[in-house]
Order: sequence, then C-alpha cells, then structure tokens
Amino acid sequence: MSLVVTNLSVDHGAIRAISGVSFTVESGKIAAVIGSNGAGKTTLLRTLSGLKSASHGSAQWNEHDLFSVKPEFNVRHGIAHVGEGKSVIAELSVEENLHLGAIWRKDKKEMKSTQLDVIELFPILGERIKQRADTLSGGERQMLAIGRALMSKPQLLLLDEPSLGLAPLVVEQIFQTIKSLRDQMALTVVLVEQNALGALEIADTGIALNLGKVVVQGSAQSLLNDPAVRAAYLGY
Amino acid sequence: MYKFISSLLIGLSLGAIYSLMSISLVLVWRSTRVVNFAQAGQAIVSTYIAYEVVNRTGSFWLAFVVAILAGALLGAIVDRYFMRPLFRRVASGPIVAIAPVVATLGLLGVLRAVVGFIWGVELKPIAAPVSLDGYSLGSEVLPFAPYNALVIVIVAIVLIVLSLLFQKTNLGLSLRASAYSPEIARLSGVRVNEIRTLGWAIAGAAGAIAGILATPTSYLSPNSLDILLVFGFAAAVIGGLESMVGAVVGGLVLGLGVTFVSNYVSTSLIFPTAFVFLIIILLVRPSGIVSGKRSRRA
Repeated sequence: MSLVVTNLSVDHGAIRAISGVSFTVESGKIAAVIGSNGAGKTTLLRTLSGLKSASHGSAQWNEHDLFSVKPEFNVRHGIAHVGEGKSVIAELSVEENLHLGAIWRKDKKEMKSTQLDVIELFPILGERIKQRADTLSGGERQMLAIGRALMSKPQLLLLDEPSLGLAPLVVEQIFQTIKSLRDQMALTVVLVEQNALGALEIADTGIALNLGKVVVQGSAQSLLNDPAVRAAYLGY
Repeated sequence: MYKFISSLLIGLSLGAIYSLMSISLVLVWRSTRVVNFAQAGQAIVSTYIAYEVVNRTGSFWLAFVVAILAGALLGAIVDRYFMRPLFRRVASGPIVAIAPVVATLGLLGVLRAVVGFIWGVELKPIAAPVSLDGYSLGSEVLPFAPYNALVIVIVAIVLIVLSLLFQKTNLGLSLRASAYSPEIARLSGVRVNEIRTLGWAIAGAAGAIAGILATPTSYLSPNSLDILLVFGFAAAVIGGLESMVGAVVGGLVLGLGVTFVSNYVSTSLIFPTAFVFLIIILLVRPSGIVSGKRSRRA
C-alpha cells in the first residue's frame, strides 16, 4: 500500500512545470511537499488528482493508475484532493458542501455516519451546519474543505496549502487535525505547504521542490536538520 | 378598476411565460457562461412538434408532454454535440467570448429555417385546452380568460417542481455545485460534463413549455417565439442572470410592466417599455433586482 510517483513531468504549454519527479509515500504516512511559489507544488497535486494531465511518468495508488481516469473517478478510488485556498463552494450551505463530498456514494446511511464523524472532528461545522459557506471564517472554511474531502472516505488525501492565509493558532489546529487523521484513521496524506516548518514537524517524509525538480527528499527529520533546507525553506 | 384587475392578471400570465423563458436562459448561462440565443429556435422546434401532435391526436396535453420531452432532448443534443465540441476547439483567445454568441445565433437561424422548410411559413394555430373567452365580472367581460389562469397555474407548478429539484435532491446539488464551481464539483465526484448536459436539457424543457404556452393566444410561425426570447432575455438581465428567483421576478415585473403600459398608454410602447426597464436596471442595479451583495445565488 503506497503512492508511487515515477519520473513525473508536467508541462504548462511550453513551460515545464514539473520535471522528472519521483517519490513514494507509504500508506498511513504524511509526506510534506515544500517549496517556494512556482516550485510546482500545486501542479503536482493537480496532476495527481487528474485535474491536469501529465506529459511523462506515472502515479500509482496501490493497484490504481491515477492518470487513467478523470478526477471525478479518482475520488471513487479513495483519492481526495482539497484545492488551494479554502476549497468550498461559497454559495452552498455547510451541510450541502459536506453532502457534495459524498454525492457519488450510494449508501446514504453510511454518509450520515461519516457526516457525524466529520462534525466530531470539527464541532464548529455542526454549529454552522445550515449557514452558507461564505459566512464562515477562513479557518472554518478550511475545516469545511477538509471535511468535504473526508466525506468521500478517502485513503489518500491531497492537501494544497491548508495553512494559507490563516492565523498561527488556526494553522496549528489544522496541522494537529491532519496529524490526527493519520494517527487515528490511518490516512495517507500528501501535504503541500509553503509553511515548511509546520508541515515538516507533523510529516514523516519531506520532499523539497524547486523549479519543478526535487532538490532533496528524505525523512522529515532529516530535512529539518539539513542546513541547506534550513537556509532555503525554514529561514534559520 | 376592471381595467386594473385585468391588467394585473394578464400581466401575471404573460410574465409567467417570460419567467420560464428567462429561467431557461439563466440555467444555461450560469452553468456554461453562454447566452443561448438558440433557445428560441429549440422552443420553436418543440412547439411545431406539439402542433403536429395536436393535429394528429387532438390532445393538447399529449402535445404538451411531447413538447417537454422534445425540448429536453434538443437541449441535451445542442450541448453535447454542438457546444461541447465548440468549447473543445475554441479554448483560448478573444474568440472564446464571441464564439458561443455567433454559434447560438447561427443555430437559431438554422432551426428556424429547418422549421420553415418542413412546415412552411404560414401562421399555424394551436387550439387552447380551455376557453380563451374572458371571465365576466358583472356586466363587464375581462380580457383575462380561463386559459390565462391555466398558464399561471402550470408555470407555478413548474416552478415548484424546479425549486424542489434544485434545493432538495442530490441531482439539484450536483447541478448547483457544477454551476458554481465545476472544479470542486469534479473533485467531489460529480460528473460535471454529464450534469451540464442535463442542465441544458432542463433549460430546453422550460423553454419548450414557454413556447407551447405562448402559442394558443397567438399563432405559430418560424419566428413567432423570437419576441419571447427578447423578453425572456430582458427578464433574465433584470433578475441578475444568475438567479432562478431573479428570473421569475424579472419575468413577472416585465409582464406586468408591459401589460400596464399597453393598456393604459399605448400598445405600440410594448417593446420600448421592455428596453426602458432593461436600461434602468442596468444603470441602477446591474447585478439585478434580487441579488444582494453576493453575485450568485441558487
């Protein structure tokens, strides 16, 4: 059980956004993908979920070839992608956003129980269940975005910059939640972050990208201790 | 007083038909960002089919059902085999904005021509299922007839069905999610392309109902529904283009406004009235009369 990305290249028109990237994420682990703006982090996630097509290379989640189907079918294979910037639908209620996450699932009873689990994880969503998503704070929206993804009962969660634009305390809460998803639900997480320190602290492995290439990868601890990574991404 | 009451009732029944046309334009606009000028052409095809069914079976209601199905089917076909390939081919550049306009206007012309080729250009009647003679109030005969009342009832039922569909079902949630954010809908597992085609089908059905309801009080010809398109579009803009509630409000406002002006001022002012409404709304409240601060609403 693992996510295996092999020699992946992705182009934006004439520009190569990702170049020969390979890495493996073992099941039940968090992999932090760090790098500055334009490093290709978001493109990497969008390619894995199928929103963008790869030019070369492959990605396998267990037996499933991620590039063989459209994103709406990847989610049926247990792969959930939370896009950059609080990916919720502002015009829908909190409850409708959650239902949307499970909309392809047939078993309505199971959906109800998953919803209860999500609300247990993020009680504030339960309090705001009938409100429109655009009335939520930034942190609540991010919780809703993750909650929507969890409604599909994923095994592999692709998270794009969950800390973006949030207050430090809220960031800490979101990171702790991601950690508990791994520890309690055995979720595998690919966590794309500019907040390298926060991400590496909860991650098992780390991958640093620069201009679409892997600069360094290894255990999260080794990245935290790497002088070059510290200078380039951690700022100390 | 009679004049006032009858203007009110006639305005409502006229506005109800505009509302349906307006809804069909709004549904397509908010899911595809296309103003579907071909909607009048699709409606004319389904209404001619209805005319044919009435002629052969004598049943208005059978024709009504056939028109809805034909309208839905045609809407789905236009999206699946015309708009989708068009958007695949025309993906970038200034042409993206203009291509759908040209394409739907062209399709309107083609559909009108096909209808004229098959059925000829002379005016054809569709008999109303109930009386077109006005109700009498005391010694006065109102222009408001049982058929006008029927139109109001049918449109009210259609609106209730549509709002239940959109607000209470998974299908409705998929339709709204795909319209508001295709990407998040897709990542949630919604088959966005299929859902969009379904949206075009529902829009086609609404337009078909508008077409068949508008015809018994006038006549059918290849361009007899063009006026409905103009008023439906004006109503949609008045309602803010994004909102189904706005489409209905816009339709009713326009229907009432046009009827009052033609009854109290002059019939020749019908068109100017619609455009005066349109211009006032665009100048004073360009996001439409029902929209609040937010630009999109279900």
